[in-house]
Amino acid sequence: MSSSVKAPEPNTLETPADTGRKSALHTLMRDPQAVISAGILIVIVLLGLLAPLLTEHGPNHSSLDAVNAAPGTEGYLLGGDKSGRDIFARLLNSVNTSVVSALIGASIALAIGVTFGLVGGYFGRRVRGLTEWVFSLIMTFPGLLLLIVLLPVTDGDYRATMMIFGVLLSPGIYRLVRNLVVGVSKELYVDAARVSGLPDRRILSRHVLSVVRGPIVIAAAFLSGSSIAVQSGLAFLGIGSNEVASFGAMIADGFTNLYEEPLQFVWPSLFLGVMTASLVLLGNALRDALEGGRPKASDVVGARSRPAPAAGAANTAATSTASGLLVVEDLTIAYPAPSGELTEVVSGVNLSLEAGETLGLVGESGSGKTQTAFATLGVLPPEATITRGSIRLDGRELLGLAETELRKVRGTSIAYVPQEPMSNLDPSFTVGSQLVEGVRAATTLSRSEARERVLALLQRVGIPDPRRTFDSYPHQISGGMAQRVLIAGAVASRPLLLIADEPTTALDVTVQAEILDLLRDLQKDLNMAVLLVTHNFGVVADSCDRVAVMRQGEIVETGSTEELFSRPSHSYTRMLLDSILDDGAVRTDGPADAVASDSSSAVPDTEAS
Amino acid sequence: MTTPLLDVTDLRVSYPGRGLRARPHEVLHGVSLHVREGETLGLVGESGSGKTTIGRAVLGLAKPSGGRVLFQDQDITHVPPKARRSLARDIQVVFQDPYTSLNPSLTIGDILSEPLVVRGASGSDARTRVRELLDHVGLPANASARLPREFSGGQRQRVAIARALAPKPRLIVCDEPVSALDLSTQTRVLDLFIDIQRRTGVSYLFVSHDLSVIRHISHRVTVLYRGDVVETGPADRITSAPEHAYTQALLLAAPVADPIRQRERRSERLRLASLEPCETKAN
Repeated sequence: MSSSVKAPEPNTLETPADTGRKSALHTLMRDPQAVISAGILIVIVLLGLLAPLLTEHGPNHSSLDAVNAAPGTEGYLLGGDKSGRDIFARLLNSVNTSVVSALIGASIALAIGVTFGLVGGYFGRRVRGLTEWVFSLIMTFPGLLLLIVLLPVTDGDYRATMMIFGVLLSPGIYRLVRNLVVGVSKELYVDAARVSGLPDRRILSRHVLSVVRGPIVIAAAFLSGSSIAVQSGLAFLGIGSNEVASFGAMIADGFTNLYEEPLQFVWPSLFLGVMTASLVLLGNALRDALEGGRPKASDVVGARSRPAPAAGAANTAATSTASGLLVVEDLTIAYPAPSGELTEVVSGVNLSLEAGETLGLVGESGSGKTQTAFATLGVLPPEATITRGSIRLDGRELLGLAETELRKVRGTSIAYVPQEPMSNLDPSFTVGSQLVEGVRAATTLSRSEARERVLALLQRVGIPDPRRTFDSYPHQISGGMAQRVLIAGAVASRPLLLIADEPTTALDVTVQAEILDLLRDLQKDLNMAVLLVTHNFGVVADSCDRVAVMRQGEIVETGSTEELFSRPSHSYTRMLLDSILDDGAVRTDGPADAVASDSSSAVPDTEAS
Repeated sequence: MTTPLLDVTDLRVSYPGRGLRARPHEVLHGVSLHVREGETLGLVGESGSGKTTIGRAVLGLAKPSGGRVLFQDQDITHVPPKARRSLARDIQVVFQDPYTSLNPSLTIGDILSEPLVVRGASGSDARTRVRELLDHVGLPANASARLPREFSGGQRQRVAIARALAPKPRLIVCDEPVSALDLSTQTRVLDLFIDIQRRTGVSYLFVSHDLSVIRHISHRVTVLYRGDVVETGPADRITSAPEHAYTQALLLAAPVADPIRQRERRSERLRLASLEPCETKAN
């Protein structure tokens, strides 16, 4: 294979970072909780397996000499019980009983639950209806009662009982797996696998099962725990064969002997407790490892450096000369890395914005443009830290304000229009009630006055039938309408500054044009300053007076829109402007010759850019 | 002219309505189009126009309720699963979202070699082919041992393209493949698509909402509006001097990255909108 792609791509060709890639097993090995609980379980299971070697008597061997023998008696390490049986031997054999119960119960539940969960989740409605019905039926059986009623069938053999218990546990696993599979099978990579021509069986085993594997492993740990508990519980009640050594039976024996020999009660309880607790703790550790626990470092760092900006800001405010409605100076935002170090995502950003002006904040993903906007709104996530800088609105410092003060500013002076209009409306309330609530929170209007105000606003933002939209739920209106509604809510309090974060990215182009027209109109009417965060240079050219270009947390260039488009001074801006697919970029070459072979790269690479 | 590679005639697709007795909701009302060998047909339309559904019907992911889909003169409208699997050799796909179209728990090497192994390639053959494919899409050879999450959006989309190329298909359905990418990455990925087409002669059914992307990659363009074809023609004509009012509105609505020309374009759009009480506008 000789041909390679022509354009060298500095950004995409570089080797991806090696860090951050650890197998779940590796994470597990470093978690003390997992290592200790797994270690205890292994020791206990080994003790059980080695029982014939470690003990001198069988678990049911009874000797009158050993009745209530003291611990340490020759041949009776932990003494004898009230029937003269070796407690140590019975303990170790009980471990085996528990392990077998856990294996049978959990594996039956998993085999049934996982198989039908996969089938019910992946295939169509009809199959799912049937499996759903069957498992709902199983769930209605009273579990413990059924196990006792069925004793004549199982002949008191705990293994048969555990098989039935496994079936009774399976609906839980079925529901878990089915829900996961329904989610996964809507993923694009499952579609892609179908298109790749993989048979259903392979898609299920490789693509679907690999994703639901984690939760299943975790559930298995808990299933084992509950199987052991149920087996012991039944044995404690005296249900099942007396021949089988079991923690439950031992606890029952010890219980009757509690006042003479309390230790006889302690040993089996201790073993049972440690085993089930280890299983639960191991299950939790597995969940953390497989599903990713949250890093815990952030709180410490956030708490330490939160108060810092206020002090720094006071200094800069005193010495600063920049003026404008909104002045952002030397703004630096950092996030804690998993190691605890702070990583700057915005470094020393300076912006200023006059009333009635639109400033476009442009950049690619990860450039920090949204973080800057969020900092101005005061809605950065709690782990974010503003390490230095100042944000002033109309001369008033916003950084370091208390949350109640900030809320007042946000209600009256700064408004926000988000990217996804639909996810910013609560689906369970009508559009009107949400807007009225916002207006009443910011003003002292009565409910009916607020309603009039909202209807007037809806009219103003170009909604054809305001009364109908007022009474609609968010799912009943289109995305463009929802954005108009949010704009109406944003300008309700006649804000000084409107921050619009990619306000048209989720909308169709024809709707985008209308929304931009609306924003421009409102701005003229209200003499608002608009901070427009976008990645689209077309939107910038359409709506902005000035532009700031961001890259990797820094502003590389600021200027008037016309100047920036005609004479970009920074190489990054030029690169961005060059990547725009404008009218000139019509494809010029004709359809390719139908060459079937890959290797014939006969066509010379003369590419129009 | 030889017969087209893909020939779609009067395609109708309905989705079942919600609830027991709800009437099915038809999203395509008889769409006809064709794609020739080595050609890119751009499908452009807004949300709800049914452009993605056409791609899914061709791929067999959506069931047509009427009409006919011919691929290399063979009727593939309703093919049984087994025959559909063998079609996978010829028809492939690149989806929009590079973040969800790759299985997060498989390495790039596994993702790329899986379809090959299923088709009976030996392990070493598959590995050689994977290396070839990675080279094709401009990814380093050591990428195959890595997981999708270690790659950026553009790189993931390259992996998705490599996966589509693996069986040497005749047609790739591209469903908004660059919409989720940054501007500069977008251009490079589009150039990669063009480069691959020149080298392999593969055809693209290229779905996008963005006229400038469509213009960059397509030889011919079909414009869709609410499940109907509005207009079909050569790319340069459709994207510069369209005949249909809807296409004109679409063209003028997309802002150009030039403040002065955009101002002219905006007044032109507002003039057109005021002339005719726009029947194309959604309520």
